[in-house]
This record gives sequence, structure tokens and C-alpha cells, in this order.
Amino acid sequence: MVVFDKPHSLIDVPLHYCPGCTHGIVHRLVAEAIDELGIEGKAIGIAPVGCSVMAYDYFNCDMIEAAHGRAPAVATGVKRANPENIVFTYQGDGDLASIGTAETVHAAARNENITIIFINNAIYGMTGGQMAPTSLPGQVTQTSPYGRDTSLCGWPVKICEMLSQLDGPEYLERVTVNNVANVRKAKKAIKKAFQNQVEGKGFSLIEVLSACPTNWGMTPREALKWIDDNMIPYYPLGVYKDRSAAKEAAE
Amino acid sequence: MAEKVLMKGNEAIAEAAIIAGCRHYFGYPITPQTEIAAYMAKRMPKIGGVFLQAESEIAAINMVYGCSSAGKRVMTSSSSPGISLKQEGISYLAGSDLPCLIVNAQRGGPGLGGIQPSQSDYFQATKGGGHGDYHLIVLAPASVQEMAELTIKGFELADKYCMPVMLLADGTTGQMMEPVTFDFDVKPAPEKPWATTGTKMQREHNIVNSLYLQPEKLEVTNLERYKKYETVKENEAMWEEFMTEDADVVVAAFGIAARVSQNAVIEARKQGIKAGLIRPITLWPFPETPFKKAAEHAKAFISVELSMGQMIEDVKLSVSCTKPVYFCGRVGGMIPSPAEVLSAIKKADGGDR
Repeated sequence: MVVFDKPHSLIDVPLHYCPGCTHGIVHRLVAEAIDELGIEGKAIGIAPVGCSVMAYDYFNCDMIEAAHGRAPAVATGVKRANPENIVFTYQGDGDLASIGTAETVHAAARNENITIIFINNAIYGMTGGQMAPTSLPGQVTQTSPYGRDTSLCGWPVKICEMLSQLDGPEYLERVTVNNVANVRKAKKAIKKAFQNQVEGKGFSLIEVLSACPTNWGMTPREALKWIDDNMIPYYPLGVYKDRSAAKEAAE
Repeated sequence: MAEKVLMKGNEAIAEAAIIAGCRHYFGYPITPQTEIAAYMAKRMPKIGGVFLQAESEIAAINMVYGCSSAGKRVMTSSSSPGISLKQEGISYLAGSDLPCLIVNAQRGGPGLGGIQPSQSDYFQATKGGGHGDYHLIVLAPASVQEMAELTIKGFELADKYCMPVMLLADGTTGQMMEPVTFDFDVKPAPEKPWATTGTKMQREHNIVNSLYLQPEKLEVTNLERYKKYETVKENEAMWEEFMTEDADVVVAAFGIAARVSQNAVIEARKQGIKAGLIRPITLWPFPETPFKKAAEHAKAFISVELSMGQMIEDVKLSVSCTKPVYFCGRVGGMIPSPAEVLSAIKKADGGDR
């Protein structure tokens, strides 16, 4: 008999996220991975600035709240201090792909032995729905009220594609959590990203296409469908880099 | 008696940091403090330490934030424009009550300024620098020996009070070579039960954080931090006095400006003017005591600085504006000569005013 239970590394408190937001699912997947690998006691999580700023109240492991965009640098400091710790960051698209782009790119270039969970929901949630670096062309937001005009504000940043051009990173995968099958794939990817760190393989980043029904102005179901119809075509799912697998295949 | 070695000020800081038990250095290249990074890059790998050249000053200070959260004695160093970039991280370190040592080998500003020595980051260092209500302990060395001593002291104070400490040096003291001894009795880092080193499933999780969305709670953290600052003010002010007992004219100067001023004071005494020097060693907390005492007999004060006049405000506050406080300084990387300071002393003494 399988009994549904809360992962130990997730604290039993109500989350502050909006109805239909997928942060809750991803929090749970991270917690399941931590539990299954038995690393809660040595895990250190770095919370970003954005909707998941209070992730430190939800994960049972030691937590640090970082300045906006600086989580990979903070994680680097922690990991270099105590390499036996398992260090992960949990960041949104504004945090990771806009204000913290440099920290992201250089942590990847160094192949810093950390795990990054990157929530891409194509919008700034916490501040009330502004255009994100990952907002789609034509996407209406508070700061692109006529739709994202690429001639004025440029094109979305494709993090997995961009980082895959670097020699540094070990593992890059884009997943989503908009249906059960995708949740299972996301779980596998997140667990692998932690496992890589346990094995000392280096930098792993999992980009999770996520829903923000509140700021997208949709019902939760519409939002999940919007991921299928609009986000996945622009941000194709899949593994963008797996150095160990590529090495094995070559041998 | 320990051996004397001839060393650059910046190198003395690096060596002293290692003696203090610092095994983690994060930085970004900038003149005129590069010797610190170069020294660390050479030494750290040989003693099991970490030297990491960050992608930016911003990243470097946030690596310091992470490393300090993990309980280590950690430092970064930079010069004025780089220190401006670090201000966000410094505010977070202060807001999360994390210890660390930050070295600023000041150069002329504002903007990209120049690469010659300056003291024009006094306000930034002593009044906060980043956003929010906070202070750093600010130490101002005036010799290579003191660069070493105050580095050790800086780590000890940071750990004692759980707050960032800034070593406010300048391009001259960093670059000049003097004999230095490293004969130190270092207080080891205390236990840090708050550090994020992993729960080992044996305790509640630790959180390093500066976010408090409830104003009542945020106010309490500020009030408690300021109680700590009061203790620091009561216990940690440091200064040196030179011929102040009977002085009519008291010069206030720190760092390299104090060395120039001391020569001017000696010359003034030779010429029959009762001049003296107060050299603040801590700029925050500012040593008010010697100024209050000197104000009982001095007729005037002069603040000698490599700036347009920043410390002068603290001198005025210390003497409660009971005596005139004049200013003498050069900027842009220029250093006042003893003759310039002497001339200011004579003016203040009433000679040719």
C-alpha cells in the first residue's frame, strides 16, 4: 500500500503561493529528491528575491536568503566553505535570467558543484506581473501593456540554450509540471541535478516552465494549457547538456 | 621576538589575514589593491584555503555572504569604485548580522576617478554606504605594521559582534613598504551555532536572512542591532594622541594624512606653536573622548584629510562646535605636504589669520 505523505524536508506550513501556481509542485519535487537521496542534514538552500523569497520558511534544511540575482554567488561561497554540503538555489526568471545573469553564467562557467532550480513563468510575480526577461514576444504584462514589442525590448533569454554553449556546466535540462507525465519527468531531472552534485560532477540547472495564473490573468487550467500552447513551442523541453552521458556515449 | 620583514601594506594585510585564520578570499581585480589578491592566489592553495576570482565585485561580496553564513572567517578587498559595487552585499551582511572583513584601499573619485590615494570614502564607510540603518566597524591603519595588526583585530571584532568590519586603507599605505612583524596572539573564531552548515538532522534549521515583512519585527531587529552598536561604541573606540596634553591647535587625521600631520606638528612645536595630533584608529565608532578632552584647552581643531572634508563633521560633533574646526586637505590623489598642514596650523593658531 502506498500512503501519500509530506516529504520530511518540506515543513508542514501553509504555502503563501496563489491558487494554481506551480511553485508548490516544484517545492515538493525538490523536497522529494532531498528525502530520497538522504541529504537533508547536509543540504543548504538559497532562496531568491521574487515569489519564492520565503522558501526558507518551507524547506527543513538550513536556508539562506540572498540578494536579488545573487543566489549562485552565495551558493558558491557556501560550497567553497564546506564542500561536503549539498547546496541548491531556487530562483525565478527575473532573479536568474535578468538581474542575476552574470552570476548564473559564471557559476555555470566555473562548473560550480551546485544545483540550480530555475522557475521560468515568463513574468515577475511578486511585484505584480511585469515583463520578465523570459516573457514571450507579444506577451501582455503590466510593463508591456501592448504586448512585448521585440523591436523595443528585445527577445526572451533562453537560459538552457545559452548555457549549453559553455564548456563548464555538467547538466542542463528544461522540464515543466503542467501534467502528471511532465511532473514525473521534472522529478527525475531534479533528482538527477542533486545526484550530480553528490557525485561531484558539477553545475546542474533544471529550468521548470511554470504557471502564474494570477499575473497571466487566467484560471489555473487555462494557465497549464498556456504552457503547452505558448511556452513549450518557444522553450522546447529536453536535455540541453549532459556531459557525463556525452562522455559515456563517446567512449 | 618575531622576525621583521620588509613588506608592502597590501601584502601585510593578506599575510595577517591568513594568520587570523582566514582561509577564504573572494575578490575582483582593481588598482591599487591587487597585491592582496595576488598574495592570496599564491598562498591559499598551499594552505588548504580558497582563493576565488569572482566575475564581479557584486558576486565577490555575495560569495563572502555565503561563506560567512557557512561560519568561516572570510574576506574580500577592493578599491573605491569596487567598494561602491559591493554596497548592496554589505547591507545584506549587516542586515543578516554576518561577520567578515572588507578592505578598501581607497583611490580618488567620484566615478572612475583615479588610481592615486584618497580618503574620500569616509562618509560611505562610516555612515552606512548601502541602504538601511547600519554601521560597519571601520579601522584606519597608518602604517604597514598597523595594516597587519588591524587586519587581525578586524576579524576578531567581526566575530565578536557578528558584523562586517571595514579596513579603510588607501593607495599609499597599501603600496608603501615598511618593516613589519607578525607576532600575533590571535583569538580563534568563536562557535557559530547560527551558521548554515547543515542540520545533520539534529537541530532545527538555521536561516540566514534580512527579510522581515512585518514592520514590528523589522523594527525590533533594528533596535537590537543598535543596542549592539552602543556596546561597540562604548568598548571599541581606538585612537592615538601625539602631544595633545597642552595643545592649542589639535590636528585630527587618520591613515596617511596622520603621518603627514605628525611631521607638521613636530615642526610647529619647533617653531613654538603648541600643536598636537589626534589620530582616530577606529573611524566608526569615532573616538569622541580625546576630542572632548582636548576641547577643554585647545583653541582650534584642524581636520586634515585626503578629501573635500568628511571626517571634519565628526570632529565638529565630537567637540559639540565649542571650538572652531578648520579643514586642510587635498583631493584627486594628491597628498597634502607637511608644509601645507603646518601653514594651516599657523593660521589656526592665529599667526597670520
